[in-house]
Amino acid sequence: MAEFKQVSPNAPIGEKLLTWVDNRFPASKLYKEHMSEYYAPKNFNFWYVFGSLAMLVLVIQIVTGIFLVMHYKPDAAKAFESVEYIMRDVPWGWLVRYMHSTGASAFFVVVYLHMFRGMIYGSYRKPRELVWIFGCAIFLCLMAEAFMGYLLPWGQMSYWGAQVIVNLFQAVPFIGPDLALLIRGDYVVSDATLNRFFSFHVIAVPLVLLGLVVAHIIALHEVGSNNPDGVEIKAKKDAKGIPLDGVAFHPYYTVHDIYAVSVFLMVFCAILFFTPEFGGYFLEYNNFIPADPLKTPAHIAPVWYFTPYYSMLRATTSQMVYVLVGIVGLGAVASIVKGGFSGLVKTAIAVAALIAAFLLLTFEAKFWGVVVMGGAVVIMFFLPWLDRAEAKSIRYRPSWHKVMYGLFVLVFAVLGYLGVQPPSPVGERVSQVGTLFYFGFFLLMPWWSRIGKSKPVPDRVTFAAH
Amino acid sequence: MKKLILILLASLGLSAGAVASEGGVAWDKFPEGKVTDMAALQHGAKLFVNYCLNCHSASFMRYNRLRDIGLTEDQIKKNLMFATDKVGETMKVSLDPKQAKEWFGGTPPDLTVIARSRADFGKGSGADYLYTYLRSYYRDDTKATGWNNLVFPSVAMPHVLWELQGQRIAKYVEEKDPHHEGKTEHRFAGFEQVSPGTLSQIDYDDSVADLVGFLQWMGEPAQNDRVKLGSFVLIFLAIFTVIAWRLNAAFWKDVK
Repeated sequence: MAEFKQVSPNAPIGEKLLTWVDNRFPASKLYKEHMSEYYAPKNFNFWYVFGSLAMLVLVIQIVTGIFLVMHYKPDAAKAFESVEYIMRDVPWGWLVRYMHSTGASAFFVVVYLHMFRGMIYGSYRKPRELVWIFGCAIFLCLMAEAFMGYLLPWGQMSYWGAQVIVNLFQAVPFIGPDLALLIRGDYVVSDATLNRFFSFHVIAVPLVLLGLVVAHIIALHEVGSNNPDGVEIKAKKDAKGIPLDGVAFHPYYTVHDIYAVSVFLMVFCAILFFTPEFGGYFLEYNNFIPADPLKTPAHIAPVWYFTPYYSMLRATTSQMVYVLVGIVGLGAVASIVKGGFSGLVKTAIAVAALIAAFLLLTFEAKFWGVVVMGGAVVIMFFLPWLDRAEAKSIRYRPSWHKVMYGLFVLVFAVLGYLGVQPPSPVGERVSQVGTLFYFGFFLLMPWWSRIGKSKPVPDRVTFAAH
Repeated sequence: MKKLILILLASLGLSAGAVASEGGVAWDKFPEGKVTDMAALQHGAKLFVNYCLNCHSASFMRYNRLRDIGLTEDQIKKNLMFATDKVGETMKVSLDPKQAKEWFGGTPPDLTVIARSRADFGKGSGADYLYTYLRSYYRDDTKATGWNNLVFPSVAMPHVLWELQGQRIAKYVEEKDPHHEGKTEHRFAGFEQVSPGTLSQIDYDDSVADLVGFLQWMGEPAQNDRVKLGSFVLIFLAIFTVIAWRLNAAFWKDVK
């Protein structure tokens, strides 16, 4: 425990009050550790604003969510009506609702960019593995939050989107039907489903999300931020122990982030006020028709931020499963022949491959589609141990790595595009190739990330004064 | 890095025209000025309560919200309210669902947000659809109602506005199919007026535009305020951005 501080009786009232608090709660200490004496690298670029922006959007979602819950009715007979009530009769209700609906898409935009920043500058690498893992968990929560929140307006797309996704769980071997029943609380998506999704959306998931955000930031401030050069600024400190290339988060990055926030809000408000539906991508047209369990829409597509994963799900056909069996076989043969393992390990690999092939062929392709879709997110957690490149940052990695990351973005975007399209034979082939690339990118990373010659990494960060 | 961003942007552009529905008739462009034109909206409201509200409800729309399009409560009560006398009520309809099922094969959809729900990727806005749909009816004796519609084939709703538009028939021509040698296509070749309505074609189109303008407005009564407010918000943010930019530069000029 810190020493009990005495303050002179002539001190100003503010100082007395702060001392009183500091003797009972580490207010000044926390402020220093996380703001005024948290030293962040001075060479942050454009990519480093999305973390703060994600926090801003989180706050927007929570605050608008609180007001929406005051007027929304989680009841299958009243939900759609209550949303229209918010849009029409609640003072400023339309603004709050559009902030929330635009915020949902904005959240994914900033989080995808934030994650991509982490990928290209190696922000997940030692000692920041836990920062990354907490971040991936936040992303998972965000997906759950978005999925369950989307049911609440109780429009056609809400209803049938939930129906399609929950039905997927039915494909899980042995427990599938019971699992789907447990999620829905009924044999079809119904009032019971709406109530439990509402509960998860407004309390359960946000609680976990907030806890994870706190953990994400505590872990980050413990190890310190990475930067576009991937140089550890803590390696070079001045006499006072302050990193030579560090600047205090406050005021330098607070003013920086205020600037970023104002630019972000311009884009956000332009969409919110002038095109809140965003051409049917943020608010889908079909969702202005109340949910009708008897009328299946001709084309059911999830909201844009889920479509890359939805594409991977659709790509996993029974043909694709044969391809996966082939890949498992080839992988096993290659590691037995080239791996240089002992006889025992070789036998184990062969047995594991046989079991994997057997399972792949035993269960239906739909189940493997679910596994692929889930795996696409889960695989992110392992990134810190998959990347074996010499340099952290893309700046100093072999040039051809830039091509890999470029292709990765392209494939992700193409998968997203195909996910909003109705199924087609060409689209299916392309999404299968895309899915294989996506997984190959991660699973083969221990191999490809070591190929090529890294450029020399400087001792200090590169920075040009403003 | 810049290349990556460019690739990303390019692929976003690709997805802009997603899910274009194939086939069907191209939609005419709805004259969007109608949504901010008070006289047009009032005329549209009158047409709406006279022609649509007998069978279709607008159950999220309150009568007194019509004050937003320049009507007084007295005007609303005297001219536009037939089903109720409470001006705070929503536009319900007294049509019995059982009868509706018998007459039309189903309950006519609620029209409050119809303009928002009928948009389609690559084809146009919901208002474009409605504007085209209400101008595409023609006589077809093979149908139970005696009417058919070019953009909504075998539609259950008869041509409610026929007295205004008059009666038309659709003309078709047989044409050689350019893709299949020796086959012919049944192609729509325009409407033919068989009996005149009370309005000329231009006036009819204008009236439908007023009605659709009203439907569009009713889908989101706050939309005109939203756009006005948005302009002020963006002007404020633009000024604020400049301040934030200079503030940032002022702090960072010391960092070497």
